[in-house]
Amino acid sequence: MPIEHQPLHDYALPHCEGDILQARDLRFSYPDGHLALKGVSINVCAGDKVALVGPNGAGKSTFMLHLNGILTGQGELKIAGMPVSEKNLPQIRAAVGLVFQNPDDQLFSPTVFEDVAFGPLHMGLPEAEVRSRVEEALQAVDMAAFTERLSHHLSVGEKKRIAIATVLSMRPQLLVLDEPSAGLDPRARRTLINLLRRLPITMLVSTHDLAMVAELFPRTVIMDDGQIVADSLTSEILTDTRLLEAHGLERPV
Amino acid sequence: MHADAFDRYHPAESPVHHLDPRVKVVTVVLFILGNALLPDASWLAFGLAWLLLLAANDQSRLGLWFTWRRSFLALPFALTAVSAIFLPAGQPVFSFSALGLQLSVTDLGLLRFFSIVLRSWLSVQMAVLLVAVTPFPDILHALEHLRVPRLLTTIIAFLYRYLFVLTDEVFRLLRAREARSAGTQGHKSGGTLLWRAQVAGNMAGQMFVRSYERSDRIYNAMVARGYAGQMRTLHPHKMRVSDWRWQTLVLAALLLIQITGWIR
Amino acid sequence: MHFSPISMHIPDGLLNLLVSLLFWALTAAAVAVAISKTNRSLGERQIPLMGVMAAFIFAAQMLNFPVAGGTSGHFLGGALAAIVLGPWAAMLVMTAVIGVQALLFQDGGLLVMGANIFNMGILTAIIGFGVYRVVSASANRGLRLAAAAIGAWLATVGAALLTALQLWLSGTSPFQLVVPAMLSVHVLIGLGEAVITVAALAFIERTRPDLLNAEKSAQQGSLAWAWAGGLLSLALVLFSPLASSSPDGLERVAENFNFLSRGLSSPYKILPDYTLPVLGETPLSTILAGAIGVIIVFALMLLIGRSLSMKDK
Repeated sequence: MPIEHQPLHDYALPHCEGDILQARDLRFSYPDGHLALKGVSINVCAGDKVALVGPNGAGKSTFMLHLNGILTGQGELKIAGMPVSEKNLPQIRAAVGLVFQNPDDQLFSPTVFEDVAFGPLHMGLPEAEVRSRVEEALQAVDMAAFTERLSHHLSVGEKKRIAIATVLSMRPQLLVLDEPSAGLDPRARRTLINLLRRLPITMLVSTHDLAMVAELFPRTVIMDDGQIVADSLTSEILTDTRLLEAHGLERPV
Repeated sequence: MHADAFDRYHPAESPVHHLDPRVKVVTVVLFILGNALLPDASWLAFGLAWLLLLAANDQSRLGLWFTWRRSFLALPFALTAVSAIFLPAGQPVFSFSALGLQLSVTDLGLLRFFSIVLRSWLSVQMAVLLVAVTPFPDILHALEHLRVPRLLTTIIAFLYRYLFVLTDEVFRLLRAREARSAGTQGHKSGGTLLWRAQVAGNMAGQMFVRSYERSDRIYNAMVARGYAGQMRTLHPHKMRVSDWRWQTLVLAALLLIQITGWIR
Repeated sequence: MHFSPISMHIPDGLLNLLVSLLFWALTAAAVAVAISKTNRSLGERQIPLMGVMAAFIFAAQMLNFPVAGGTSGHFLGGALAAIVLGPWAAMLVMTAVIGVQALLFQDGGLLVMGANIFNMGILTAIIGFGVYRVVSASANRGLRLAAAAIGAWLATVGAALLTALQLWLSGTSPFQLVVPAMLSVHVLIGLGEAVITVAALAFIERTRPDLLNAEKSAQQGSLAWAWAGGLLSLALVLFSPLASSSPDGLERVAENFNFLSRGLSSPYKILPDYTLPVLGETPLSTILAGAIGVIIVFALMLLIGRSLSMKDK
């Protein structure tokens, strides 16, 4: 099945210069030789809510790891106008809040407060500012009552929301989430969807949950085999069965 | 991503690969022991030892310079023996004072230093070869046969099994920390040294609790399969005639090296 | 290849045969006792528990924190293992870790493994647990954490000192170079070890305090540990100046070690004045320096322990 780089259909998307994220021909190979990104180009503007979908191994996670400089590839990558380079990594990481799939990987402090405070503390902000940011972030994920709880004792859904709070406290311009609804029971999933709906931040979310995509994200990008094969309105993409099946996806009921 | 990052085994069809693991372990230990016994400056013996090493490389069908290439990472640590050049015995070659001390480089000191480096370098290459030609589980079996307590080898087996799982977890924790290590204009980023050390300590505590709980789950799984305190394993290794032949050959070579070293 | 730059891992070739065999004997004896003791206290849980704990220590040695200018601090873990698992289990765990590091990664030699295990696994367990045991029954959290910190620091410094002594006795390094070098570096590294040990312990106490209590039975009736740990630490602190005050006796010891192993005719002489540059030339000043250092560290750790426990109030 041929992988096509150009969007199949030319839908009208709002004109976007990429003021939040601008990637041009991003390429990356892993040390063992595996070519993971084969020229990824995408623009994301302030206020966009973009879903990133595609089969496993498409390179979605690899691409996301480039956005805060954990991986470095060839090609152009700019966050909020700043090129991603060694010397502006601290600023990049303040601008891009990356939340990984497994919340256990991200909660490494004893209490919820300390985990959410880590980002602002590392940024060198004064104590009063740190406290107010923690409160603000926990409010945003609706977990203000959990401040003194031990992260270790929380449920998966609660941990996922705290993990989001840990990056919100840095007031990022772009929120990048990797499979946020994976492993959640229906109630926790509903809570998460409502949370994401409320957050007024530009978002790029990688997910297999196409029902959530239909509910929350006006724009969908399909990645397959290291390339972007479609970048368009969700409403159009999710009704294009042939396109979905060509890239290992299924239409949500 | 790197599922075999801890796998040092290089499979190949070679007589050395087919050798009983006991022979290989004993050979390596005796080789290193032999090196330690050789006096300083027994260059001919060291040379013969190196020939033996090259022969082992060759017979493993991994390339003559296989262990040579991999030994350089370990070399700097042998170079920490550089202070041996100040051995007070023998004739001074060069004197100077530094750090409030009077230091003299002596001829015997230099001989000592080069001998140490050679011994270390030869030994580490042999150790590299051992894990390259023997699957790690076989090494553990060999150790058991050689009377290393079963409890210890079983612990090591578990360690090996969960090594990747846990180091991967640590790696992801470190990566999450990196993702939140941001900086902003006008403020000094990084926090205090004490705070950074504490965060590392918290991560260690986290890992400990998770590991402990994981061991609980593993124990339950073992009990579910009938475990009652003793690990039972099969012993698949039997020494064949060819194994004894190789062992004798190697012993003879090591003996020759020793004699060469001690005859002055 | 070296996952942790707290490298006290001695490679093959740097210790002479006598020293290597001596420490193999000591380690083998300690491990044998540890095996029988853990059989009794942990029973059938011991294998999965110690195996996974060994993997934990190995992985935890990869944890780092930036110190300054590109360097980072790391963690050895011997003291923490002894405090949370009990000393005997910790010895087995560290033996497994050091064994695998040597076998698989050539991080430390095979012939000298006995010495490496003794330094980083047995000695650290004795000192780390021994110091902690002095106050482990106390209800004062700050005091317990402070003791853990001191134990971890002393264990690191003790291991470094023993490593230096082994290198000296093997004729690899002169006393007055290797001892100050190892000590000065590890006095600092020990601080990192202390902080990480305390932070980890505090975390464990908050999340799963039952894990610590579970090992209490293994610790009962073992005030001997407190004595052992305390005496060993004291012995190490006092050793250096005593060595310099009776150079002839020790010189003869070193002579014998070297003579038997190397066949060299000239003995290894110890230069007469082992001094700390800052404080002057008497052995007393060295003892004072050591004692002052310990007191300062104790005070510092007490403060830290207090502030850590106050945070939970």
